[in-house]
Amino acid sequence: MDQPVNRREFLQTHLALVVGITGITGSAAIVGDAAAQAAAPGVIGPNPSLLDTWLRIGTDGRVLVNFGKMDCGQGLDVAIAQIVAEELDVPMQFVRVVLGDTRVTPNQGGGSGSTGVRLGARPLRNAAAEARRLLLEMGSKQLGVPVGALVVRDGVISVAQDSGKSVSYAQLIGGKNFDAPLKWNKVVGNGMNAEGQAKPKAVSEYRIVGQGVKRADIRDKVTGTPHFTAHVRPGKLLHARAVRPPVAGATPEAVEASSIAKIPGARHFVQGGFVAVVADSEWNAIRASRALQVRWSTPPAAFPGGEAGLFDRIRAATPTASNAVPMFAGKKDHDAAPTLAALAGSRKVIEAEYECAFQSHARISPSCGVADVRGDRAEIWTDTQKPHYQREGIAKLLGLPTENVQVTWMPGAGSYGRSDADEAPFEAALLSRHFGRPVRMQWMRDEGTAWDPKAPAAVVSMKAGLDDANRVTGWYFKAKGFNGWDVKYWADGPEQVLVGQLLGARRAAAYNFNVPEESYKFPNHVHWWETVPPYLQDASPLRTAHMRAPQEMQTRFAQESFIDEVAHAAGKDPVAFRLEHMQDPREKDVLRAAAEKLGWQPTAAGSGRGKVSVGRGVAVHAGYGSYACAVCEVEVHQDTGRIRVRKTVVALDCGLVINPIGLRATIEGQIMQGLSRALYEEVHFDERKVTSTDWYSYPIARLEDVPQQVELVLLNRADQPIGGAGEPAIVCFPPAVANAVFNATGIRIRRYPLTPEAVKKALS
Amino acid sequence: MTTITVNGKPHTVQASPDTPLLYVLRNEVLLNGPKYGCGLAQCGACMVLVGGQAMPSCVLPVSAVSGPVVTVEGLGTPDKPHPLQKAFIEEQAAQCGYCTSGMIVSAAALLQGRKQVSDAEIRAGLERNLCRCGSHMRVIAAVKKAAGGLA
Repeated sequence: MDQPVNRREFLQTHLALVVGITGITGSAAIVGDAAAQAAAPGVIGPNPSLLDTWLRIGTDGRVLVNFGKMDCGQGLDVAIAQIVAEELDVPMQFVRVVLGDTRVTPNQGGGSGSTGVRLGARPLRNAAAEARRLLLEMGSKQLGVPVGALVVRDGVISVAQDSGKSVSYAQLIGGKNFDAPLKWNKVVGNGMNAEGQAKPKAVSEYRIVGQGVKRADIRDKVTGTPHFTAHVRPGKLLHARAVRPPVAGATPEAVEASSIAKIPGARHFVQGGFVAVVADSEWNAIRASRALQVRWSTPPAAFPGGEAGLFDRIRAATPTASNAVPMFAGKKDHDAAPTLAALAGSRKVIEAEYECAFQSHARISPSCGVADVRGDRAEIWTDTQKPHYQREGIAKLLGLPTENVQVTWMPGAGSYGRSDADEAPFEAALLSRHFGRPVRMQWMRDEGTAWDPKAPAAVVSMKAGLDDANRVTGWYFKAKGFNGWDVKYWADGPEQVLVGQLLGARRAAAYNFNVPEESYKFPNHVHWWETVPPYLQDASPLRTAHMRAPQEMQTRFAQESFIDEVAHAAGKDPVAFRLEHMQDPREKDVLRAAAEKLGWQPTAAGSGRGKVSVGRGVAVHAGYGSYACAVCEVEVHQDTGRIRVRKTVVALDCGLVINPIGLRATIEGQIMQGLSRALYEEVHFDERKVTSTDWYSYPIARLEDVPQQVELVLLNRADQPIGGAGEPAIVCFPPAVANAVFNATGIRIRRYPLTPEAVKKALS
Repeated sequence: MTTITVNGKPHTVQASPDTPLLYVLRNEVLLNGPKYGCGLAQCGACMVLVGGQAMPSCVLPVSAVSGPVVTVEGLGTPDKPHPLQKAFIEEQAAQCGYCTSGMIVSAAALLQGRKQVSDAEIRAGLERNLCRCGSHMRVIAAVKKAAGGLA
């Protein structure tokens, strides 16, 4: 990144106190309860009530900022640096952002819920504003004029009427503590905030925020400069690989140590259901993991019916929980009776069921972690999204006080939710303690695809009625799927990771799914979700966890496909029909903006039908405080069943835009991942195991899938609160594609992914 | 003992002859460009040039290396970047950056001896390279830009 504050100076002068209180986590069955997210205090990290915790200025004038979130590859730290530079009146290049290190950053919740800027920036903005206020006071004393007579530019305070009289931030405070308090709101995690006396600047004063600023770290990525978790190589390193069972649920009954005796330095490890090998060389560890002979138990089939039986299983299952509000919003009962009565009396009733496959995070490189456990202290290197919680979890795994475990967060392969990033670090810690050396665990490709946490499969049932005038009389939405988090959004205990479960740790029950949040208003509108029991309770390759736009991919696929179906039945254009029922003007604006940019015209479905059918589809999403709309123009190839998205327009309103360059990149990423999840991604499994183990058995979108034309419309709403940008857009793609396929062919496909096989079958 | 040439320098291989080149480059030569993504030659994260040809180093036994090896570190440095590296920086053609080294190596092979390259040729030339974050559009733009720069 940029020129850092002198690291030695930083380490010598850092005085932040480490305050760690391990709260009680893993509470009893909680259904959609906001308190579940906020309740447990967990690890706080350095004291948020001190300005010096958040911001320090070096003798060279460089500003070091400690940010308790981290970056999943979207350059979030650039936006944070802009915000700090703005409030402090220093050049952007002076600011360096430290991400996620548990030694020096407070626990702001890690990468989570698209809160990086909208929540994560708040205490930093406030700290920077407070620091400027204090520096002006110091400058006033030094220069002998009132604060009101001073101006600040580029980290230099000068007398407005006499620019020769000046003093720099570095001269005033460089290398020293502010020793000033902030008022912490006593929240740990995403909601953490701290304020000083200073008021941050008004949006109208911004000179840096809102500008396009490029990422400096791409230079490291293109030149192979070390900065990834995978680059960490402490001395005396042992390389480790896990040995997974041939079928889900199998445990090791016997291990033949002699089977790896000929591999130099190879040793095995068994504890509970976890089997691993270590060796001094990475290749020998890989060879040993393949050669180790294990006699595995023969459990009953973990997934009766296999993937062919998946959706019927969901339909038939007795629900474990039920709720009528979105995630974290509390609990609400529902009453479908008025809706069903209205439908029963309607002229026309439209019914549809939508099916959503399990999907894998399928990170480009699977879980990697390095651990060095010495006696009662542990040091971990990881690219987890939630380093402060991983710290707590590994401390519990090892039976150590949390303060004795330090986690250095480093960039890693892109992560899009509660991926496998936490898995290898826990395993590395366990092995390091056992073998008394630093251990590097790298999951192999089949582990990353088959054994990582999954986005849950679901069946969404929808019904709507129309009267004689083709007005909606009732609207019924029921999402029924596997629980959204078999493992929690953070790994604060062994029960939240595979190895912990293999060692016997058991998680508390908690259930979650989702309902749509768009502003459509229908008479007799009822919506709720139900969760069903998992196939396999523990150590399951189908265990679920949050994956980019959790449970929104599923629920919006249904809602945004169905609204098209109802519009069609009512003889109305999909864009016009949505506008008719939307209540929120910002939602209407993104829809209009995207439709206009593409040149949306009402067309009859199937009118473009041919060997290559062409059509257009639209979908909207509201969530994370933001509004998104995607319109897609597709080609559907009859002979191959391939869908080619040749044009797409995305309109996004995420309130105030901090950095349009970063924002565009984030949206583009969601376009490709959204198309990938719409067209290709489903986890395959038979009755005994997950069979998606590599990129052939779990294909994703490739360069050939890039649309010929991509247009982004950024609605910069400087008067609105900052909304999340990393997740709203991706949700639009599965339904926009399905709607476009319908428009092209007159055929409605109600399952994602819309694979070539599924399309060919539907067209025949 | 085998000796291979990596980025213009000779390296005496310590590992057994069946060791894939990727692990020799990462753990002996201590390079960080080529990365482990799949170990199955399916994703391209480990691509290196061997005798000028882009090859997946994760499945190539070091004993079978028959030409000089060039990694992204050998193409250019932060101070003296290769036109591809420069273009990737200008176009901001990376998110997490794990696929980036492989993309650049494949592109370097594609662009050898060419003054221009079409969108379709880039998509085909980099078909062995996967990206999970979605930097694809910028990668195409960067390769096009670099082609102009190499002319």
